[in-house]
Amino acid sequence: MEVIQDQDTQVKAQVRNFSFFYGKNKAIKDVNLQVLDCKVTSMIGPSGCGKTTLLRCFNRMHDLYPGTHYEGEILLESQNLLALDPIEVRMRIGMVFQKPNPFPKSIFENIAYGLRIRGIKDKNVINERVERALRDAAIWDEVKDRLKDMAFNLSGGQQQRLCIARALATDPEILLFDEPTSALDPIATASIEELVINLKGKVTILIVTHNMQQAVRISDYTAFMYIGELVEFNRTDVIFNNAAQQRTREYVSGQFG
Amino acid sequence: MQGEELDLSAIVKDVQMRKSISIRKFWDVLFSFVALSFLILGLAILLLLIFQLFVDGRGLLFSWSFYTSFPAPNAAEAGILSAFVGSLFVICVTVLFAIPIGVAAGVYLEEYAKSSSSPAVRILTDFIEINITNLAGVPSIVYGLLGLEIFKETFKLGNSVLTAGMTLGILVLPVIVVTTREALKSVPSTLKEGSIAIGASKWQTIWDLILPASIGSILTGVIVSVSRAIGETAPLITVGALTFIAFLPPLPFSDRFAPDPQTGELVRAGQYGLFDWLFSGYTVMPIQMFDWVGRPNPEFRVNAAAAGVVLVLLTLVLNSAAIFLRIYFRRRIKW
Repeated sequence: MEVIQDQDTQVKAQVRNFSFFYGKNKAIKDVNLQVLDCKVTSMIGPSGCGKTTLLRCFNRMHDLYPGTHYEGEILLESQNLLALDPIEVRMRIGMVFQKPNPFPKSIFENIAYGLRIRGIKDKNVINERVERALRDAAIWDEVKDRLKDMAFNLSGGQQQRLCIARALATDPEILLFDEPTSALDPIATASIEELVINLKGKVTILIVTHNMQQAVRISDYTAFMYIGELVEFNRTDVIFNNAAQQRTREYVSGQFG
Repeated sequence: MQGEELDLSAIVKDVQMRKSISIRKFWDVLFSFVALSFLILGLAILLLLIFQLFVDGRGLLFSWSFYTSFPAPNAAEAGILSAFVGSLFVICVTVLFAIPIGVAAGVYLEEYAKSSSSPAVRILTDFIEINITNLAGVPSIVYGLLGLEIFKETFKLGNSVLTAGMTLGILVLPVIVVTTREALKSVPSTLKEGSIAIGASKWQTIWDLILPASIGSILTGVIVSVSRAIGETAPLITVGALTFIAFLPPLPFSDRFAPDPQTGELVRAGQYGLFDWLFSGYTVMPIQMFDWVGRPNPEFRVNAAAAGVVLVLLTLVLNSAAIFLRIYFRRRIKW
């Protein structure tokens, strides 16, 4: 098991001897991984290596589809989240998707929805939370005068920041990002990256990315995956400059992709 | 090797090729004309039929008494009041009966059964799925027999608005289930995942997001199937619709009259309850038409034609409402 010793960080989540199956197909093979508290951890690897599949295990997204099962453990602090109710897991771990997927509701209601399903009815609390989430997602100034507009009227990059605000509004312990900029133009991508960097220290972030430069720019730790296995996990600068494994060195230098 | 190679650019520049292009363009134009003329032919026949109905029925269409009179032995005095009101009441029951059941069945099949982890449930779902599609094609009179057996004989509901409405309800159920499923299918899975991912339960996701996003398409399906049900005759004759009705189903809380035991005069005998209209006898527009067409007295053809125009207009209004609703709900949603 790869162990990273850092004085100032605690382990937020721990993947232990974890495998995931689509039917009989073992898509994730005996992975061990640590997610450190309030750091950005990126997962890189060629298409089909299982990085998105592993990410979606963290909030039990696979439970929506029949014929999938998990083996091993994913510890969130000390609880195995594979043994918890999936709804409880998703209330604690937020997710931002590849394509912006705002709800067909107003900008305000998009953010408030997560609070409402948690049973929060107090209008002041909701107003205050919505504003804070929009500020944290760096979109408040752009939308504060049109909170009642439909969310679809925003641009792609704004929609994605709205989705980040939606996830932030409910104070997730871990925030999962599944290639959040792959559907965006370079300027919108830059604003999302800046946002992720600003969220460091506030929330634990796990991000899947296709873009190695992005991993270098925003992440503290990087996990390199290949055909369902975790090849190497270390500090981002180590992975990109001084990787232990041959395959990692080949991948980060662009010899295969 | 050079000689064997096909020089495509030379072929395109050849005169022969230009000729062939113009021949192909000619076929394009010709085909679009043929298709257009068939379209016009089809529409023309339809419009002609409606126009013929209109011409035949014009004597009564513009007379107010036609709409406010009960059927009568004399053609000029016979009106569609009881049939029109009967149709509305029956359709009301149909809608109230079929929408909740049909939409719930569609939601279950599409959102719950499909992702069930139990193979038995999934096999059952496949079986139901095939059969629902088949049911949509079953002749309507078969539903009449079903309604006769279940509602009239088993539940003893009699020749009532309730029996008729529920029979038509069963008739339109398969269509509502299928359109509901199609509507739910058109909601992108990214939306469902987005809601699930912030901790919503399946039911919250369905109720708060998926149903509002697909309500336009669901209502369109409901209205189209209901406008089919309005024109149904066979199943209602089977379950005992009457052809000659000179009264209206009692409105809730309206005064009820009964013959006085001593004098035999009609006196006020209390009020009707909220649901008494459900158990009233009734007739509907197509049955009234059918009755008038079948009469030996040719004067009744005018009544039948006029009632036909009203029925066509009613369907037209319903279908326009469906289109309007679809546009209204879609306008707010972009995927």
